[in-house]
Amino acid sequence: MISGILSLELLISALRMSVPLTFASLGGVFSERGGVVNIALEGIMLVGAFGAVVGTYFTNNPWIGLLTAMSFGFLIALIHAVVSITFRINQIISGTALNIMATGLTTFLSRLIFKAAGSSPHIEGMVQWRFPGTNWQISPLIVIMFAVIIISQIVIFKTRYGLRLRACGENPYAADSLGVDVIKMRYSGVLISGVLGGLGGAFLSLEHARVFVEGMTTGRGFIALAGMIFGRWTPLGSFSACFLFGLAEAFRMRLEGFGIPTQFIQMIPYIVTMCVLVGVVGRAVAPAYDGIPFEK
Amino acid sequence: MAEYILETRGITKHFPGVLANDNVEIKIRQGEIHSIIGENGAGKTTLMNIIYGLIRPDRGEIFYKGKKVEISNPSVAISLGIGMVHQHFMLVPPFTVWENIILGKEVIKRGVLDKDSICLELKKLMDSYGLSVPLEEKVEDLSVGILQKVELIKLLYRGAEILILDEPTALLIPQEIEELFEILENLKRQGKTIIFISHKLKEVLRISDRITVMRRGKVVGELEGKEADEETLARLMIGKTLESPQIEAYERGDEVLRLEGISLPPRLKNINLTLYKKEILGLAGIEGNGQKELLEIITGLLKPEKGKIFYKGREVQHLDPRSLREIGIGFIPEDRQTTGLILDFTVAENIILGRHYKEPYSVGGKLNLPVIKETASNIVKAYDIRTSSVDKNVRFLSGGNQQKVILGREFYSEPEVLIASQPTRGLDIGATEMVHNLLLSARKKGMSVLLYSSDLDEIMTLSDRIAVIYNGEIVGIISPKEVDEATLGLYMTGARKD
Repeated sequence: MISGILSLELLISALRMSVPLTFASLGGVFSERGGVVNIALEGIMLVGAFGAVVGTYFTNNPWIGLLTAMSFGFLIALIHAVVSITFRINQIISGTALNIMATGLTTFLSRLIFKAAGSSPHIEGMVQWRFPGTNWQISPLIVIMFAVIIISQIVIFKTRYGLRLRACGENPYAADSLGVDVIKMRYSGVLISGVLGGLGGAFLSLEHARVFVEGMTTGRGFIALAGMIFGRWTPLGSFSACFLFGLAEAFRMRLEGFGIPTQFIQMIPYIVTMCVLVGVVGRAVAPAYDGIPFEK
Repeated sequence: MAEYILETRGITKHFPGVLANDNVEIKIRQGEIHSIIGENGAGKTTLMNIIYGLIRPDRGEIFYKGKKVEISNPSVAISLGIGMVHQHFMLVPPFTVWENIILGKEVIKRGVLDKDSICLELKKLMDSYGLSVPLEEKVEDLSVGILQKVELIKLLYRGAEILILDEPTALLIPQEIEELFEILENLKRQGKTIIFISHKLKEVLRISDRITVMRRGKVVGELEGKEADEETLARLMIGKTLESPQIEAYERGDEVLRLEGISLPPRLKNINLTLYKKEILGLAGIEGNGQKELLEIITGLLKPEKGKIFYKGREVQHLDPRSLREIGIGFIPEDRQTTGLILDFTVAENIILGRHYKEPYSVGGKLNLPVIKETASNIVKAYDIRTSSVDKNVRFLSGGNQQKVILGREFYSEPEVLIASQPTRGLDIGATEMVHNLLLSARKKGMSVLLYSSDLDEIMTLSDRIAVIYNGEIVGIISPKEVDEATLGLYMTGARKD
């Protein structure tokens, strides 16, 4: 039984499971490094998943679906930015409201467009990329994910943009006194998180399910945030954490069919998340002004 | 070249209910150290914020190098060559020193920060001004004295000609203050102009070429540094002469409070301390050396890991704050707005806090409002608390009057021991004088006071004995008559130990 569970296949499955989490988690890093808590990531992923299917459904081109997913995520993030940065409304409330809105909106539009309750029709997935000279195939989104992880790590810790973004999350008043436009920087962080969260959602519908199911993110946005915290608000750390969560999810899928009630098995990823949060998070330090509106 | 590098004419700024700047004219000469002094609320910081572009004036003009300028935001000020070190440092704690310095004016090579050439440039800059800070270390690991220098380098890196320093010595120990003054004099020699904001007269007299005095939003005097003396400046600042407090000779009484081997690793190590009747025991130390924890242990807010506290022979380290108050230990907490008061409670409610459950304030679980208000009115009268009514929320009182509410509350229950943490922080000279007189008269009546303050003048003037805490240990108990501030500073930095 054990050898059947632990295998290369399991690791590949874990990697696939970690993709949507990693994208959203990286989004969280950009948003929170700039000082804005973005629990709307759950809703952003959901509209991303929906957007990917809508775009693909109408054009038969999954790349267009991907773009649609990113723009939908961008729009939800824009609302979050306007509400919580410009109007300085509590960021948790704004995020919660957007999550509820995303659920309602995608359900409504899905039924309107696809004329069916529950889920959309099946769509074409992405054409897999083949490793040159082999039979190995890989999803383009996984390649993009690794590129985004590396680029994010460099952008956040090595560039002018990253320095200014982090300053806005750690002490926006210091940044402001040196002529850094805090509002603009915070907007950029939140909007990037929208695009990345949308990509994460797109992987769910475009690669995993090839269909949009109402409420299909089932809390992955929150798990991604846990991954971001576990990864100490760094891109590489977030990916490692999300891979761990992906592993838990892959395990879950393997264990189904071993006679354990599925309800228990389905809890595994969430229980892992909680254990991680309890064990590690107490020691992880968030950006000092994370979640605090900037007011001159 | 104009005679003055910076000149303001007719600067006026209203805040709701206050005229913060009233037709203010100041003239700053190129290459001088110019002090602007005044009490809290005299309008110094408002004026500086206007010059630095953080606040727009209602009226008035600013001339820089003879030309009229509109300084609409800090970026404009920086580009003109005006830099400001704020009272509360504007630094990013988890960033390294070099990251803090270049933030907003970064050097880029192939898309990423060019750390090597940045550090090289900063080293050259530091050499030319005789300043030195560790560029690679994180700001959160450095002392206040070093951070002050980081702030100065930040300004010099941006090419500042005029450096405004707002109360730069507030958190420094004497040695650091002296070092800062040497740096400032060196900057002056290199042609920089320095505006020094302070209310500490000794420092102002030590450093200034010229002094502008402000009171209630107006300029009330402009003097040459050489011609000024403490008395004249004080009279200009507060509008009357200041009397030094009358202190009775010290006579050691019986032991009231004794700490034995109090430990709370890693903050406190084996603290032994005795407080006698009728004395003020000063506690001196740089912030973060364990004094906060020590005072919280004595008042029952924290529990020590080891050690005992005796109050008149009785072991009390296990008692909670309420029991400690009941046996006669009063507490003036360091932060009046978060720990000392509930800002959205009324004056009357705040005055009975801590006794609110007892008769006559509370009868059968119900507050007895008439008695409460009467008590409050008496205290308001006795301590001259300026409020239109005891039903007003303390949030709307000035800092000095808020502090008086706490003092009134604590003194009214006539404690035998008073733990006072930073009782005059942020108060103006008048209010500070009143707090000092209250503490001294309490001592005269037989009270024992443990006084922690970051204002060394205050500790030196009021204390009968001074205990110095460094790195969680009491490193010396000294008499203020036998040592000077510089020696005290040596103890505080751990350079000297008994």
